Amino acid sequence: MGGFIKRHRWIAPYALLAPGVLWLLVFYVYPGIQMFIASFWSGTLETGFTFSVSNWTNYPDALQGASAQFVRSILYAGAATLLTFLIAYPLAYTIAFKGGHYKALLLFLVVAPFFTSFLLRTISWKIILGDSGLFLAPLKTIGLVPSDFRLLAEPVAVVSGITYNFLPFMTLPIYVSLEKIDHRLVEAAKDLYAGPWRPGGAIAGLVIGGLLGGVLGYIFEYSIPVFAIAAAAAGAIIGWFFISQSFTRVTFPLSLPGVFAGSLLTFIPAIGDYVNAEFLGNPGTTMVGNVIQNKFLVQNDYPAASALSFILMAGILVAVAIYARALGTEGLTTGRG
Amino acid sequence: MATVTPAPATPSSVQRLARRLDGSALYVFTGLAVLYLLLPVAVIVLFSFNDPAGKSNFVWQGFTLKYWLDPLGVPGLPQAVFLSLVIAFVSTIVATALGTLIGLALVRYDFRLQGATNALIFIPMATPEIVLGASLLTMFVSIGGPPFFPLSAVTILIAHIMFNISYVVVTVRARLEGFPRHLEEAAMDLGANEWTTFWKVTFPLILPGIVAAGLLAFSLSIDDFVITNFTAGKTQTFPMFIYAKYRIGIPVQVNVIGTLIFIIAVGTVGVTTLARIRADARARRR
Repeated sequence: MGGFIKRHRWIAPYALLAPGVLWLLVFYVYPGIQMFIASFWSGTLETGFTFSVSNWTNYPDALQGASAQFVRSILYAGAATLLTFLIAYPLAYTIAFKGGHYKALLLFLVVAPFFTSFLLRTISWKIILGDSGLFLAPLKTIGLVPSDFRLLAEPVAVVSGITYNFLPFMTLPIYVSLEKIDHRLVEAAKDLYAGPWRPGGAIAGLVIGGLLGGVLGYIFEYSIPVFAIAAAAAGAIIGWFFISQSFTRVTFPLSLPGVFAGSLLTFIPAIGDYVNAEFLGNPGTTMVGNVIQNKFLVQNDYPAASALSFILMAGILVAVAIYARALGTEGLTTGRG
Repeated sequence: MATVTPAPATPSSVQRLARRLDGSALYVFTGLAVLYLLLPVAVIVLFSFNDPAGKSNFVWQGFTLKYWLDPLGVPGLPQAVFLSLVIAFVSTIVATALGTLIGLALVRYDFRLQGATNALIFIPMATPEIVLGASLLTMFVSIGGPPFFPLSAVTILIAHIMFNISYVVVTVRARLEGFPRHLEEAAMDLGANEWTTFWKVTFPLILPGIVAAGLLAFSLSIDDFVITNFTAGKTQTFPMFIYAKYRIGIPVQVNVIGTLIFIIAVGTVGVTTLARIRADARARRR
């Protein structure tokens, strides 16, 4: 056999690839095609399904029936991606630049939640956020929040669950890209008087914080002005104290590839998630994943569910393409400006 | 000097405050973030010692060790845990073998379909799990015969191998890039044939990458819920057991098993990490 491969060297890579690639073709590509066909089916599981191109109406029908869930999925996944970014960036920054001897330990702690069950972790949040749980009970006894205030079964609980579950996916890529930065570049920027950016940072923080806070207030279905003002204040403080010009001009742009990868790794699983919405939400917070899951596994409505899955997948591909163009990470990696 | 009136807000005092904030705020934030990450794990462990009054294990009632002394004493739970372990083992071995071969091919050879293969590896990782599970379910149903239908442990296994291959390829490839090719050439110069060179030189060098990939595959498989939910039918893995019991009340033993899995996983990763650090240090000394 060795002799045969020696005589036909070009076969070697294909021989190595064949088993794994075949598995992916049969159990990833072909099922995708099959699902596309299924989205043109009509009928039921009992009577059997029939294919017809005229069933393209499955698409508008499915979209119409689940438009609220689609919008909610985009908003919740977007809010969760934003929140994971806000938590992950300082965390990754500290580990990468100030971690010292504890770098490996801190990274280990970031991924440690993955060593327990995803379902159990999500159920834990139900215990933590419950009406008289770890978080609300003390606040209610000291009278800081009204006794009928709830977090569980509200949009904020669903978004918190998603944020928590996908936080390591955001932290690790940002850490990797920060870790790669050549410290001499940051020092050069400081030598060139890229010092603290106080008024600029405060104003930028005020505006960005206000906008994002307003959006979050809208998504959480709480007061928009309260969220906007609180976030604007927080943004201004962070901008005044923590944002230097060497950060905005050097460190942050160089870490954008990590931000890009982390956002995708968070947003894509978040938009298809249905576990957080099911465990932590209410019937008014269902996402498109809940609809797909219910149609496939409870109602056996394969055609509509396939159409929805396809719209979801196509939407993700379009969003990824737009996002890649807008952020322009390929320009960054080749050393623009 | 004797007056201790607060310093006026001169730029210098603001600057000093800023420097102090800069020094400590990031550490405080990181500490809080780590606490936030570990809080649910702590709740899982804590509630494995709970003694709930009814069926649901959501409210702390009192401390007991009785579920730790009887961790498998729920009908269906031992079978579910056993099945999860079997599927994780088998899917890890198959996916690690297939993925390592792909990784070798991608790094070692230049061939025409390289771009297409890279895309085939990447796209499954960019597909939401629900779409992966749903498309497999559609295929299994439309084929409609054994071994694909009715859904069983076999269909779960097919799915787990499928989603694990990409992660194995990515992990192994990262290890293969920057591989010291001259060591292989040296072995060949000393008269070893390709087969011997692979097993005596290449394989031991990439083994840490393969082990890391295998550990990742194992942990992804044993904890997978979404794809399994679509490909399991009535078969119950450990996550499926949790999901099925969610509405009627999750037995405390589930938290015990979850805690045990956490301890074993942390131990395994800790041991392999220490071994790698020690091996790296030894290699550096040499």
